[in-house]
Amino acid sequence: MATIFQGLGAATALSASSMSNSFEAIKFHVPTRRSLSGRKASFFVVRSEGKMNPGSNQRTRRADQLITSAVATKSDGAAASTASKSGHELLLFEALREGLEEEMERDPTVCVIGEDVGHYGGSYKVTKGLAEKYGDLRVLDTPIAENSFTGMGIGAAMTGLRPIVEGMNMGFLLLAFNQISNNCGMLHYTSGGQFTIPIVIRGPGGVGRQLGAEHSQRLESYFQSIPGIQMVACSTPYNAKGLMKAAIRSENPVILFEHVLLYNLKETIPDEDYICCLEEAEMVRPGEHVTILTYSRMRYHVMQAAKTLVNKGYDPEVIDIRSLKPFDLHMIGNSVKKTHRVLIVEECMRTGGIGASLTSAINENFHDYLDAPIVCLSSQDVPTPYAGTLEEWTVVQPAQIVTAVEQLCR
Amino acid sequence: MAMIVGRSSRTSLIGNGYYYLRKKLGFLGVISHETSSPKYSSSTTPLFHPKPNGLWRFKATLAQTQLADHNKDVVDDQGLDFPGGRVTFTSDLTFISESTDKRVPCFRVLDDNGEPITHNYVQQVTKDLAINMYSNMVKLETMDTMFYEAQRQGRISFYLTTTGEEATNIASAAALSPDDVILPQYRESGVLMWRGFTLQEFANQCFGNIADYGKGRQMPIHYGSNKHNFITISSPIATQLPQAVGVAYSLKMDKKDACVVTFFGDGASSEGDCHASLNFAAVMEAPVVFICRNNGWAISTPIEEQFRSDGIVVRGQAYGIRSIRVDGNDALAVYTAVQKAREMAITEQRPMLVEVLSYRVGHHSTSDDSTKYRAVDEIETWKMGRNPLSIFRRWIERNGWWSDRDESELRSSLKKQVIEAIQVAEKTEKPSVAELFKDVYDHSPINLKEQEKLLRETMRRHPQDYPSDVRI
Repeated sequence: MATIFQGLGAATALSASSMSNSFEAIKFHVPTRRSLSGRKASFFVVRSEGKMNPGSNQRTRRADQLITSAVATKSDGAAASTASKSGHELLLFEALREGLEEEMERDPTVCVIGEDVGHYGGSYKVTKGLAEKYGDLRVLDTPIAENSFTGMGIGAAMTGLRPIVEGMNMGFLLLAFNQISNNCGMLHYTSGGQFTIPIVIRGPGGVGRQLGAEHSQRLESYFQSIPGIQMVACSTPYNAKGLMKAAIRSENPVILFEHVLLYNLKETIPDEDYICCLEEAEMVRPGEHVTILTYSRMRYHVMQAAKTLVNKGYDPEVIDIRSLKPFDLHMIGNSVKKTHRVLIVEECMRTGGIGASLTSAINENFHDYLDAPIVCLSSQDVPTPYAGTLEEWTVVQPAQIVTAVEQLCR
Repeated sequence: MAMIVGRSSRTSLIGNGYYYLRKKLGFLGVISHETSSPKYSSSTTPLFHPKPNGLWRFKATLAQTQLADHNKDVVDDQGLDFPGGRVTFTSDLTFISESTDKRVPCFRVLDDNGEPITHNYVQQVTKDLAINMYSNMVKLETMDTMFYEAQRQGRISFYLTTTGEEATNIASAAALSPDDVILPQYRESGVLMWRGFTLQEFANQCFGNIADYGKGRQMPIHYGSNKHNFITISSPIATQLPQAVGVAYSLKMDKKDACVVTFFGDGASSEGDCHASLNFAAVMEAPVVFICRNNGWAISTPIEEQFRSDGIVVRGQAYGIRSIRVDGNDALAVYTAVQKAREMAITEQRPMLVEVLSYRVGHHSTSDDSTKYRAVDEIETWKMGRNPLSIFRRWIERNGWWSDRDESELRSSLKKQVIEAIQVAEKTEKPSVAELFKDVYDHSPINLKEQEKLLRETMRRHPQDYPSDVRI
């Protein structure tokens, strides 16, 4: 556990500084209490696909939007600037909890449903303290029946609540596949728009530290085909809180993928209210030579590899795609047009994963801009072994990323 | 409490959670007491109050619970406080029998001739209500017959009747208030009809035209109406059951004076969701009335192949849910039982289970020919001999509220209305291509916009390959 977090600590500092380049922080107005019919959010959200600004870089884009004073830091973007007077430091699971708590405070229809989320505080402590504050009806402990409490969340969402369903581990949500696929994604459509399902389904997933095959599932590859749902993956405390809040406010069902190994990441986040756009990707490190697309935990392996690559003279552009469904093809496309080389680094398995879909999407849309075939680094098509060494070899390691970039940029 | 113990082996696998588990849970996995009570806000119902175990005695509307006779060897003062409550010991090695000698009796008010067996529950049904109920039953039967015919003629693609279960549909709906949220399975169109869904609206959904509230996106009979508090029907069986518990949870948070009513069949009772929903509802004290339409057949699977228990009613006690068995051919019995169940669900904030015994006279749907797996005379016996409409009609005629002339007038008028509804719906245009892509999300993302553009281009370029009556 210790080693990876040291590495991550360094990577976090890197990402924290690039935080000042990101521009999702948007001031919002407190909306009125929602009623069952006709819920419209009354705040600004910038959606990436709506804006086609070819050739514009980050700075001109930033000028287009409303920015809070907290995020307008000095442009040298050193780590010191983020440790300024504004902002507070917390861990990723605390950031999730903070986002959750702020939304529960703001909107009385927000509730949490899951196993052990009440007094126990959740198996990763994301809901700690909420049951004491909001009561055990609003933070509801359920019996062990994932399909049923997901179905329950859907029923509650259709009649006016905004439930957040927590899967103790994402893998258990496979038991909820029927409700998620057949009802969650579908009922808004098949009812002709009469019933909306503003549900958030979240939980930790991904390959952890020797949790065994059943607890190391990457559900994003199984869910990506379901029409009607949105999928986002958080990777830093900043975007964890932002995405949690945005997901809760969204009228669509959103699945928020957290990673078991990222819960203890530490970062300073703004004190002000902010959300992250659900459909936007995040520019982690701008560069010129190659576009590396990644998300969740693999971001940190990529950033670690990026250090090595920079030392070797390469300039990789790292994008955390964050939005797994739909892809932010705008940011990705601009990057491809700039670098002409793409490397996808994911934790999903080779067959049918997010990388596979992303490869196909980029090939279809930006084929002319590619100087080389897209390289996709994924986990092997094997159940995750328990033995630590074997487990380490199933996920993509920084050394492989370095090799892949070297080969790609030859 | 027992459920916490069961989970400890699972949570121990999860890295972070492990040391919290050891810290918080004591021996036997009982939740540490300092967290269990007064800190929660008083407006919520505390979920971990120790409840008294044992039997409850109620008025005669409840079925008798029958335990085996092993109580005689109970050593009364020897007992232990296991997690979940105090249990006394016995030194008699007796198993609870898998079945009882007598099946749970069935509540009925009218006999096969429409004669009241008891006058206890009859007076609450006024003339207006009775005529309304009967007219709707006839309307439902007429609609079913004619829409079925329309499917056979190729005018709609699919239909599913409620034949034999008209009383279950109409009488249960009549016992509810418009604020009660309904989560149907698919054989409850009468419930929607009672609430005011017109024949035209039914036809529109079946034909999938632009007036359909579902915008032509679901197959026929998958009705849904927000304003009638009738959640859109979803084909997979029993998915509505956990959702019903969720809706009840929503009502509980809003403290509304309404309950949730959900329907499911004998076949659906085998689904895992059914078990979990009943369990959840009991644990959460959710005001849901679960109505099981035990009509003897799940497509071609008869009851004996579906379960081996005495129907669904006996499962109620297994979950800690109050239950009753009702004669589904007797509209008055259904009305009375559902009304009482609803009252108990709301005032006592508890789930209720009502098993309605009836017979599925029709085929499962237009895709089925039930004579292939069941005897024709079995169908005929039920159709002729135990028809819910005839039974009710005899009762209202005996009261002087109905006559043969009323009957023939009603039927011919309804026939005309249904024909007209079908004709109008048939002629109404179908939804345009734009509706194919809307409502997947609240706003169309870029990939859907692209796909829509592509489809339109293709349709424009090759109009001969696409139906001419669909607007681009």
